[in-house]
Amino acid sequence: MDLNYSPEELAFRDEVRSWLRANLPAELREKVERYEHLSKDELLRWHRILAKKGWVAPAWPREWGGTGWNVVERYIFEEELGYAGSPPLMPFGLSMCGPVLLRFGSEAQKKRFLPRIYNGDDFWCQGYSEPGSGSDLASLKMSAVRLGEHYVVNGQKIWTTLAHYADWIFCLVRTDSSTGKRQEGISFLLVDMRTSGITVRPLILMDGAHEVNEVFFDDVKVPAENLVYEEGKGWTVAKYLLGYERMNTGRIGESKRQLASLKRYGEHLMGDARWRDRLSRLEVELMALEITNLRFLDRMRRTGEPPGADVSMLKIKGTEIQQGLTELMMDAADPVASDPLAVAIRKRYLSMRKTTIYAGSNEIQRNIISKMTLGL
Amino acid sequence: MNFDYNEEQQLLADSVRRYLAKSYDFEARKKIVAGEGWSAAAWQQFVEMGLTGLPVGAEHGGFGGGAVDLMGVMEAFGDALVVEPYVPVVLAARALERGGKNGALLAAVVEGRAKLAFAHTEKGARYALDAVQTRAKKNVLSGEKKAVIGAPLAEYFMVSARGDDGIALYLVPRAATEVKPQRTIDERLAGDVVLREASAEPIGGGPALLEETLDFATALVCAEAVGAMQFACDTTLEYLKTRKQFGVPIGTFQALQHRIVDMVISLEQARSMACLAASKADGERDTRARARAISAAKIKIADAARHISQESVQLHGGMGMSEELKVSHSFRRLTVLAREYGDADHHLARYAAL
Repeated sequence: MDLNYSPEELAFRDEVRSWLRANLPAELREKVERYEHLSKDELLRWHRILAKKGWVAPAWPREWGGTGWNVVERYIFEEELGYAGSPPLMPFGLSMCGPVLLRFGSEAQKKRFLPRIYNGDDFWCQGYSEPGSGSDLASLKMSAVRLGEHYVVNGQKIWTTLAHYADWIFCLVRTDSSTGKRQEGISFLLVDMRTSGITVRPLILMDGAHEVNEVFFDDVKVPAENLVYEEGKGWTVAKYLLGYERMNTGRIGESKRQLASLKRYGEHLMGDARWRDRLSRLEVELMALEITNLRFLDRMRRTGEPPGADVSMLKIKGTEIQQGLTELMMDAADPVASDPLAVAIRKRYLSMRKTTIYAGSNEIQRNIISKMTLGL
Repeated sequence: MNFDYNEEQQLLADSVRRYLAKSYDFEARKKIVAGEGWSAAAWQQFVEMGLTGLPVGAEHGGFGGGAVDLMGVMEAFGDALVVEPYVPVVLAARALERGGKNGALLAAVVEGRAKLAFAHTEKGARYALDAVQTRAKKNVLSGEKKAVIGAPLAEYFMVSARGDDGIALYLVPRAATEVKPQRTIDERLAGDVVLREASAEPIGGGPALLEETLDFATALVCAEAVGAMQFACDTTLEYLKTRKQFGVPIGTFQALQHRIVDMVISLEQARSMACLAASKADGERDTRARARAISAAKIKIADAARHISQESVQLHGGMGMSEELKVSHSFRRLTVLAREYGDADHHLARYAAL
């Protein structure tokens, strides 16, 4: 048993770390550290810096720009990004639509979309949830009716993150409402956001930020060539994405950085045993999660098997820890302080409640573990 | 990075598990507990498998192993809820060896001809390392040690006492003491040990050896707790699948599914920290870093043991309360392990102070 990285892995980590130190623009890092919102240009600026280095989509096959790193190297890389305070890489193109196209897309679709995703030419968003279909995603209603060489799309998506920045949206749509199993009538469709009939309306969340949207589709004509995989097989595509190997689900690196800044920010409270106990318990949870994550990676590396429901465990613990850190940060701030950082910290507490809800609520993750791991 | 046991560790853990499954199942254990409270036959088997010599050097007939080498064994012991005082015996033996004393006794322990116990805790001291009132004057000890695990079986005690130069460990023959036997709530033999001007052999090593020994013990009980928690989770899952109410297995109810999922998550987190504790107990030269990691592990193990043991009883309903089911016994063991060598509060304070 050896809990440490190998000398090669440590050298790799140091290489990533020193590259980040030299290439992560200070103004972007500082904005992230101050919990400020990043503009589309700022998000894309960082995306393109990584694309130029060849590190923006490590998990992709080499022919499409992947790095060929193994699971441990990819984990190290992603955690170092979080630890360094780099802006988030939007997952909708790089780790959602991209992998779907790589697995299910036609050659033409791959050639058309993948390089543009890689280079940050197209900004993607995800059209899954609908007003009546959240956790029960397979009940979705947005219809796509085939008319000649087009699908005509009608309906509504909701909680669409950064749809107001997006050039493209990938949607789950209902192409057949007569099937016995409702999963069978669903298809995976790529839609140009500039098509007429699409309306984006902001949904302002309780922190006051415009991050998510409602997207309305009114007789939107989508070329049939934008169908991914077969008509009626969209659920297969969606399920593949759920099991896609995302190494940084636990966001360990990001949480380690938050913990370090919490220790600085709350230094004046370290004499208070109640505060220290709360902080220590959270630190221990994070330590345990990091080792748990490494154990899963070690197993994946040896068996070559996908992580399965392990990802759900990382999501549950990772988000609980992120929320815990945010709450402690708010409690460390002077309750009457009104400086920009204190205000941003309070808003972040409000905003971070989303983490246990999005990307499959933590209750859905528990259902997955219950079914897949425990056989209940 | 590698989280597997090596081949030797795995073989040993497997053979211990095989033996316990065959000769130390729940029914066999019941008989042991109803009788003398320990099994000489089981102990002899542990000796023959080399367990008593595992953390002792080869010159005394042992294998020179560390906490990681003991992890698989401790997990198996936790799973079977072994009542024999294995941890105190090897703990005291290890301290004896590190103090460089009494090789003949050490060899006797390894060969199963003698047993030791570790007598440290005193009334009111709770888990504090330095709350030692037992006095040592020219190697003559006076004081009282409380709830010493395995005391009724021990031929010698490893005793912490305060001399003119501070706290140190001493070896005291049983004949020089008075032992008041008792049973712990998790059915182990224990006893208060009264020292009235008892002649002792100084072991040396001072408080550093005491602290290092207790850290090693903490790493072992972390692994033991993981074994007991694994059992509690497994048996509860089995119960959810077989117990029917309202015409269906109760495991079909989401309220219960989510609770067992949380138990399993606690177990995985605890297992990770048990790995950390064992590897730091063996490999960390910086005593502060070692202590910090081991306290962190015990915080998590104590929290998880409480969570899993309480839920395992609750999800069994009335049956969980019954003496008849092993789960009520794993509950008792986990309740004790959560506190043994320091509860969560103690280790939180120690962790934050380091």
